Order: sequence, then structure tokens, then C-alpha cells
Amino acid sequence: MDWSKTLIKEEIGFEDYAEKAGRKLSYVAAIREALELALAHDERVFVMGQGVDDPVGMFGVTLNLHKKYGRDRVFDTPLSENALTGVAIGAALAGMRPVYMHNRPDFLLLAMDQIVNHASKWSYMFGGRVRVPIVIWAAVGRGWGGAAQHTQTLQGLFTHVPGLRLVMPSRPYDAKGLLIASIADNNPVIIIEHRWLLRQTGYVPEGLYTIPFGRGIVRRQGKDVTIVAISYMVIEALSAAQELQAQGIDVEVIDPRTLKPLDEEIILNSVKKTGRLVVADTGWKTGGVGAEIVALVAEKGLEYLKAPVRRVASPDVPTPASYVLEAKFYPGKEDIISCCQEVLGII
Amino acid sequence: MKSSRMPQSIKFDISDISGETLLELYRMMLKIRKVELKIEELYPQDEMKTPVHLCIGQEAVAVGVCAHLNADDYVFSNHRGHGHYIAKGGDIKAMVAELYNRETGCSRGRGGSMHLIDPSVGLLGSSSIVGGCVPIATGAALGSVLKRESRISVAFFGDAAVEEGVLYESINFAMLKKLPVIYVCENNFYSVCSHLSKRQAKDDIYRRFQGLSIPGYRVDGNNVIEVYRIAKKAIDNARRRGGPSFIECRTYRLKDHHGTGSGVEVGYRTQKEVDGWAARCPVKNFGRFLLEQNMMTAPEMEEFTAAIDQEVEEAFKFAQASPLPDGDGVLKHLYQ
Repeated sequence: MDWSKTLIKEEIGFEDYAEKAGRKLSYVAAIREALELALAHDERVFVMGQGVDDPVGMFGVTLNLHKKYGRDRVFDTPLSENALTGVAIGAALAGMRPVYMHNRPDFLLLAMDQIVNHASKWSYMFGGRVRVPIVIWAAVGRGWGGAAQHTQTLQGLFTHVPGLRLVMPSRPYDAKGLLIASIADNNPVIIIEHRWLLRQTGYVPEGLYTIPFGRGIVRRQGKDVTIVAISYMVIEALSAAQELQAQGIDVEVIDPRTLKPLDEEIILNSVKKTGRLVVADTGWKTGGVGAEIVALVAEKGLEYLKAPVRRVASPDVPTPASYVLEAKFYPGKEDIISCCQEVLGII
Repeated sequence: MKSSRMPQSIKFDISDISGETLLELYRMMLKIRKVELKIEELYPQDEMKTPVHLCIGQEAVAVGVCAHLNADDYVFSNHRGHGHYIAKGGDIKAMVAELYNRETGCSRGRGGSMHLIDPSVGLLGSSSIVGGCVPIATGAALGSVLKRESRISVAFFGDAAVEEGVLYESINFAMLKKLPVIYVCENNFYSVCSHLSKRQAKDDIYRRFQGLSIPGYRVDGNNVIEVYRIAKKAIDNARRRGGPSFIECRTYRLKDHHGTGSGVEVGYRTQKEVDGWAARCPVKNFGRFLLEQNMMTAPEMEEFTAAIDQEVEEAFKFAQASPLPDGDGVLKHLYQ
């Protein structure tokens, strides 16, 4: 049960894992495998959440885990998001390692008291005498008229709170390794997944391995512009990079993978090289993650910048339902391309 | 006023309770009272820079419940937590040092009066968000069940906590899973300056959750024997995996919401009301009763008191002589 002795510490690969030789797995299967390995490895781990033992199994990521590990360790919960977050905290204080699964981050807003007032503060407020190893997992929805309360990307809110870790993977390899790292960690961790990422397939090693918090990855090397892309925006950024390549623009794409802690070094090093920065986030613009990353570069790397920075983010309105409005609401490849062209002074 | 309907005199039915237990209940209440009185005495010096919420008048609740708990049972407290901490066996020196903002404090100077903890005796935290620890106590009970341990968990909270939705959410889950958790509501009738009658449609907290079928009890929270008896019933049931219970203890804080006033000067309650409850003092009445019943002699009582006074004195000396945290440590303990 000592995680530190069991885990593979070494990180595999650097670029696109799908290119590597090895086993390919769907994003959903990668997450499910992480949960299954954690349940098998450590009897203190349990998985709870509305519908985790139902025939859908939370998009498939918890599918049938209860059949192998029993409903004591994989159980459905009342909606009561606030109390159940507190229950997870209490169980963690009693020595367990709960993983609390949510369909949508929107419902985490009901649990903000337990997440922000309690989980995030329990270590600090009590001088480090106790710890709260809990994992809260949720997947952002998008499209099909999901509208204002089933599509929110709330990473900006959670980034603001000391004491939390915030994980936003973009590849199956990272989703598995970061989930295992989160369960093994001794602090409250929030993992925000994206429904559209769950469609991917990629190279995923077997067995337990972790990806360290606060270590981003260069998804694509380039010399002209740095794009720091969060979660699903990594896909859009890579696709924008491809198109820009045809125009002779060489884009570097950085995927921070965890926003809290944030890999400052990988961002600053890239901006030092390119002198230009575009941040692409799935969340709102004002007070968001993009603002934080831009502020980081303004504070620690202003001298590297050859041009003003640009943020690609959702406009400051709730998500609309109509697909016509959705198309206007969600930024994507085209916005990233035009922001890159702007910082290069092309348009 | 509904709170004044409490009987004027307190009757103690001590049948089947050992003399040793009776003395221990008294000794523990007296210890809490003495600590609180010392805080009250020294608070005006402004050296305890923390908002203190004194529990003077409410000692019987913490003592009557904690008397049944083992050191490894879990307790969770709230902003008015000095009594819970002491009754569970928490280190008094570390508590007073916390009030003095010292590095030797139970929370290393990061918590203050409202955030006491002593993991060595199962007190795993105190929240000043009303009702905040109730689901956490519920979760600790779940942890105990999952680990196949016999520990039980107790949540102490006030009357205003039942106005929070998280109480309903927590009790529903505890009933669903038959968790070994005891919900102890200290109904002191006031939320800061607001009387219960201005906040709740009915004065029936103990029955508020009967729709969930949780056993609900109402006791005179100023009568340590009544609290002790009902707590025993609830705790024995929880240990037998019979599920949670809810206990409403009707009591009164003789001091203001925080600080050392009485609240009369603020104007939200009368001296007559405070005097009426002071006459029902849980500590003095029980002490007098033990003397009358010859369960304790006057010299014994003096000996008790002197020993406690000395312990309290030492705790304050320890706190005052302790080092303050190193300011550079402000970032420490955020992550583990």
C-alpha cells in the first residue's frame, strides 16, 4: 500500500504517445484502468458518486468496477454534493482515499463550502497535523444544447483556491497517470476532464505509473509562437498549428496538464524561445486561467515578449443552447490561428 | 420565551451510575469552566488575539457525551469548541497556546480558537462554518465502517446548524448507510443575537429529521446526568451498528456570542433571562448535589478545584512562555 514504492516514477515519452509502439487504449478505458489498479493496489481507495455502479458507469469510466470490488468500495450516492464532499473529507481523515466522481463540474458549485472552506484548508488550518487525500473528478460537457448549467469550465474558480491541486489532462496517457498520481497524493485534488477528450484513443502503458504534478509537456515544438493550451484546447491548438505550418508559421504547443501547481518553467522557456504567447483555455476570459498564465509571463518573462499576448477563451456569458449561438460561443482552431497571426503582426 | 420554559431546578437521577463516574463528570465540567473563566479573565489583556466563543453554561453537553467515548473515537467540533476539546481529552496546554497564537498551539498558530484539533484523542478538526463539520463527522464514521473498526464519530453543532441544508444531506446519508455517528445539537437558543424563535418555524429540533427515521432525543443540556444517559443509549446503539442518533441538548451560553460580555449590554436579551439560566448552572448545581448526597466531601471538592486551578495555571504559563510562529513559516503546511 505504500504508493511510493510501487509506482513507476519515470515518465514515458515526450511527444504524441500514439506514435509510440505499445498498447493503445481509449481515453475512457485509460481512466477506468487507473481506478481499477488503484482499487486493487490499495484497500483504502473507494469510488463514490451518483451512478458509478449503474449500467452507464459514468461515461464508462467506472463501468462494472462494483462487480469486482463490491458496493462497499464502489457505491452510488445521494445527490447531496456538499454533504458527500464532507463525507469524503471525513473518510480521508479516518485514513481512506476516496475518489468522488461527478458527471459535470457544474454540480461542484453545490459543494463549494466543503471544497473551499474545508478540504482545501484542513491541512493548513490545523498546522499540517492532518491530511485530506481526496480526489474529485468531473467531466465538462459541450454541445447538443447542453446550455448554461451542464457545460461550465470552472478551472478559474478552483485555481484561485490555495490548498487544492487542479488537474486537466488532454491525452489518455496523462488521464491515467495523473489520476493515479492524484489518488496517491496526500492533498485534495480536483480533476476536470472534457467530454470531447473522452473520444480519443492513445498509447497507454499497462500497470501503475504516475505523472508528476506541475510538469507540463511540449505537445509540438516550434519557434515562432507559444500556445499554452488547456484540456480540450490542446486538440484545437494542434490542429491550428498544422494549418499555420502550411503558412510557414512554426507554432509550439504547451500542455500544462496541471494548473495547480503550474509548470511555470516550461511556459517561460518556450516564450523565451518564441517571444510570442497565445493562451487557449476552455473557460471564461475574465479572471480565468488565461489571465493567470499571461500574468505569470508579464511578471517573470516580460523581456522575452516581442508582441502583446492574446487570450483565446469563451466570452463572458453563460453557454447558450442553440447550436447557432454555441458556434459563436466556443472558441477553437480559427480563433487560435487568428490570435497567432495577430501576435506575429500578420493581420 | 420558549427557552425560559425549562424547569427551574435540576433533578439528578444517579441510580446505577458509579460514584467514580459522577466525580469524573463533575471534575471534567469544572475543568472546562475553569479554563473558560481564566480566558475570560485574561482576554482583556489582548494577548489572545483570536475571537473566543466561550462555552460557559454549556459544559454538561460535551462532558456527558464524551464520557462514553474512547480515545480513538472521532469527534468534530465547531467555533464554540473549547469544551469539546477538553472533554475529549485534548491537551490543554496546546489549546491555550493556540489561543495565544503560538507555534506550540494545537494548530501551530494557524487555526486559533475556532479551529482546535488533537488527533491523538480523535478530535480531527473544528469548523467555524456553521454545520461544516457535520458531513465530515459522517464521513469519518463511514471510514470506520469501511476499515471494519469499532470507532464511532460525534458531531457537535449548535441550533443554527439545523438551518443548514447540509444537516439534512448528512443525516440522510448516515441513515442510508447506518453509520455509527451521533449528531449532538447544543441548542443554546441563540445564533449570535438572533433567538431561535426568529429563525425556526418550530421549536422541535430533536424531531426535525424524523422523516428520515433517525432516533431523536431531547434532553436538558444543563443536566449532565440526562445528557450522559441519553448519550449512552445512542452511543451503545451506534457501536452495535444500529445506526446514527440525533440528540438535542437544550442549554444556554451565559456569555455573549463571542468575547466576554453577557449579551445583555448588546440588548438582545435581558438580565432576567441570563440570571434564570445562571441559576440552572450545570456545574454549580451538580457540585452542590454531589455534596448534598455525600458523593463528595467539601475537602475533596477543594482538592479537586485546587488541582484543576494548578493545571490551568500551568497551561497559561506554558502558552505565554511559548514561542510565536516564525513569520517565514506562513507558507508552511498548505500541502502534504
